[in-house]
Amino acid sequence: MEQTIKIPTMAEMAAKGESPDILFWVGCAGSFDERAQKITRDICKILNHVGMNFAILGTEESCTGDPAKRAGNEFLFQMQAMTNIQVLDGYDIKKIVTGCPHCFNTIKNEYPGLGGNYEVIHHSQLIQQLIDEGKLKAEGGESFKGKKITFHDPCYLGRANGVYEAPRKALEILDAELVEMKRCKSNGLCCGAGGAQMFKEPEKGNKDINIERIDEALALKPNIVASSCPFCMTMLSDGVKNFNQEKEVSVLDIAEITVKANGL
Amino acid sequence: MVLQVIFLIIAAASIALFTKNIRKIIRNINLGRDIDRSDRPLDRLITMLKVAFGQSKMGKRPIAAILHLFVYLGFVIINLEVLEIILDGLLGTHRIFAAPLGGLYNVLIASFEILAALVLLAVVVFYARRNIINLKRFKGVEMTNWPKTDANIILIVEVFLMSAFLLMNAADYKLQLAGASNYIQAGTFPISSYLLPILPDSQSALIAIERFCWWFHIIGIFAFLNYLPYSKHFHIVLAFPNTYYSNLEPKGELSNMASVSNEVKAMLDPSFVPEPVAEGTRFGAKDVSDLTWKNLMDAYTCTECGRCTSVCPANMTGKLLSPRKIMMDTRDRLVEVGNNIDKHGKDHQDGKSLLDDYISREEIWACTSCNACTDACPVNIDPLAIIVELRRFSVMEEAQAPTSLNNMFSNIENNGAPWKYSPADRANWTKM
Repeated sequence: MEQTIKIPTMAEMAAKGESPDILFWVGCAGSFDERAQKITRDICKILNHVGMNFAILGTEESCTGDPAKRAGNEFLFQMQAMTNIQVLDGYDIKKIVTGCPHCFNTIKNEYPGLGGNYEVIHHSQLIQQLIDEGKLKAEGGESFKGKKITFHDPCYLGRANGVYEAPRKALEILDAELVEMKRCKSNGLCCGAGGAQMFKEPEKGNKDINIERIDEALALKPNIVASSCPFCMTMLSDGVKNFNQEKEVSVLDIAEITVKANGL
Repeated sequence: MVLQVIFLIIAAASIALFTKNIRKIIRNINLGRDIDRSDRPLDRLITMLKVAFGQSKMGKRPIAAILHLFVYLGFVIINLEVLEIILDGLLGTHRIFAAPLGGLYNVLIASFEILAALVLLAVVVFYARRNIINLKRFKGVEMTNWPKTDANIILIVEVFLMSAFLLMNAADYKLQLAGASNYIQAGTFPISSYLLPILPDSQSALIAIERFCWWFHIIGIFAFLNYLPYSKHFHIVLAFPNTYYSNLEPKGELSNMASVSNEVKAMLDPSFVPEPVAEGTRFGAKDVSDLTWKNLMDAYTCTECGRCTSVCPANMTGKLLSPRKIMMDTRDRLVEVGNNIDKHGKDHQDGKSLLDDYISREEIWACTSCNACTDACPVNIDPLAIIVELRRFSVMEEAQAPTSLNNMFSNIENNGAPWKYSPADRANWTKM
C-alpha cells in the first residue's frame, strides 16, 4: 500500500473557492505516530468510500492544547486554542470530525468558551451515522464471524462525553462475538494515558495502569481488543506485548475494523 | 412544667450551637473563589431530586445501596416522629399526634418501627463491613484513626438511638395494655411488641424506662445534630445543596481560566484592552482559599465512602493518589484555616498550605483525569477539579512540572505537537 492518498487541504479548497462538508481534524498522534497514522488513513478511506466531501488543515493544523491544559498549563492551552480558532474561523469551518477523543473533547467543550463554536463529532460517531444511514455496511471484506471482540472505552469519549454506543455500533454489524469487560462503559478503566500521563513516566506504584487494563481484557480471551483513541491504542498494544500475546490478540481501532470489514 | 422548661432549654441550646457551627461552615465555604452555579435552576433541581433524594448513583453497589436506603429512609421518615417528640416535650403532652391522626397514626408508628428495625440491621452490617470483614474500600492511607473512629461513632450512636426508640415504644405499649393512666391507646407496635417479655411488670418501673428512653432518644438526637458539623456524617445535610450545585457540563470539560484569556488575548492582539483582574489572585490553587466555594462545599459534603478511590486507576496500581484523600485533606485544611481566623483574625498566615503540607506533588501528578472518581461519587463531588487547580499553580506560578511535561510544553510551543516533530511534516501520513 505504498501510495499517496489524495486528501485536499483547506488551503487548496479555499483557493478553488470550494468548501468541504466536514473538516477532518487529524490530531498530533494521528499525524505523527506511526500506528495512529494508519488509523488516520483508514478514516480517510471510509470518508472516500462513502463519497464524503472533506478536507484536512494539513500543516495549518496544530495541537488543540489538550495535554497542556490537563497538565495545568492553561496559558499554552489558550494560546493553542485561540490560534486554532483563528484558523478554523478563517476557513469558516462549521463541522469537524476528529480522529482522537482528546481533540474531540477539547474542541467540542472547551473551544466554545474561547469563541470557537463548531459541530464536533468523533470518528466513531461518524461511522455510526453512516451505518444508520445505510451508507456503510460490513461487506466485501474480511469476515469477523466467530471472532471475539472486546471494546475498551476511551475516558474522553465515554465518561467525559457520554459516547458509549457509537463505537459499539461499528462492532455490532460484524457478526462477531462481542464481549464486555466487567469495567466497561461508565465503569470503564482508563488505559493510563490521560491527563498528560502519555507524556511522562508514571508515578511510583506497584503496577502500570495499562497492564491492569489489558490483564482484564486478556482474561476474556479475545481475538481483538478494540478501541477508538490513539493513546489507548499505544497503551493497550504495549500491554499486549508485555504479555507476549501480540500474535494472538490484535489491538484495533474502530476505523481499522470498519476498513477491514469492507475491504477498503 | 419544670420538665418542659428543661426541654426548652436543651432544645434551644442545641439548635443555637448547631446554627453557630453551620454559620462557621458557611463562612469557611465562602473563603473560596466565586463560581457561577446559578444557571439552569430546573436542571439543578432535577439533578438534586435524582441524585440526592433518589439516591440514583448508589445502585452501582447494590448491597451498600439497599442498606444505605434503609438508613436514609429511616432518617427522613423517623424525623416525623421526632417532630411529635419535640412538640410533646414543649407542651408536656404525650403522643400529641395520636388523636388528630386517628387510624393513620397507627400506620405511621408501625412504619417507624419497621424502619427502625431495618436501620438497626443496616447499621450492624455496616459496622461489620468496616471492622470485621475489613472491606478494602474502608482502608487506605487517609483512613487514619479519626476517620475510622468517626465512622464507628456514627454507627454506634444510631444503634443507641434506634434501640432507645424501640424500647420506649415497648414500655409505652406495655403500659397501654396495663391501662396505665396518661398512656392512651395509640399506635401499633409490630417490632417493639416482641420486647414486652424482657420488660418488668411494675408500672412504675415501666414508666421509668419509658421516660428514660424518651429523654435519652431526644437528647441523643440533639447531641448527634451537634456532632454533624465535625463529622463526615455532615453529608446528610450537604448532599442536597451539593448536588443542586453540581457541574452540569460534560465531565471532560475543564474550566477556561478567564484571567489567562485576558493575557493571551492581549498577546495575540495588541489592541485588546484586558478587563481588570482582582489583585493578589494567583493562577491555580496553592491553598484552600484559591479553590472555588464549590470545591470547598464538596470537601464538607464528602462522607469518606471511598467509591472514588476504589475506582481510581492510579490508586489501584499502587500510586500515592487517592481522590478521597484529596477531599479529606481539603476539608482538614479548610477547618484549620477557619480555626486560625477564629483565633488570630482574618489575615493570619500560618505558613502552611494545602499543596505540600497536605497534598503532595506526587499525588497530583499521578492523576490520569479519567473522571472515574467524579462518576463514582454518589453526591457529585469533583476531586479532579481540585487536582487540576493544584497542577495549574504548580505549573504556572512555580514552573514546577515534571521534566518530561516541560519538554511536552516546549514541543507544543515550538512545533505545535507534544512530540519533537516538525510542523512541516504534519501531513506526511498522506504520502505513505
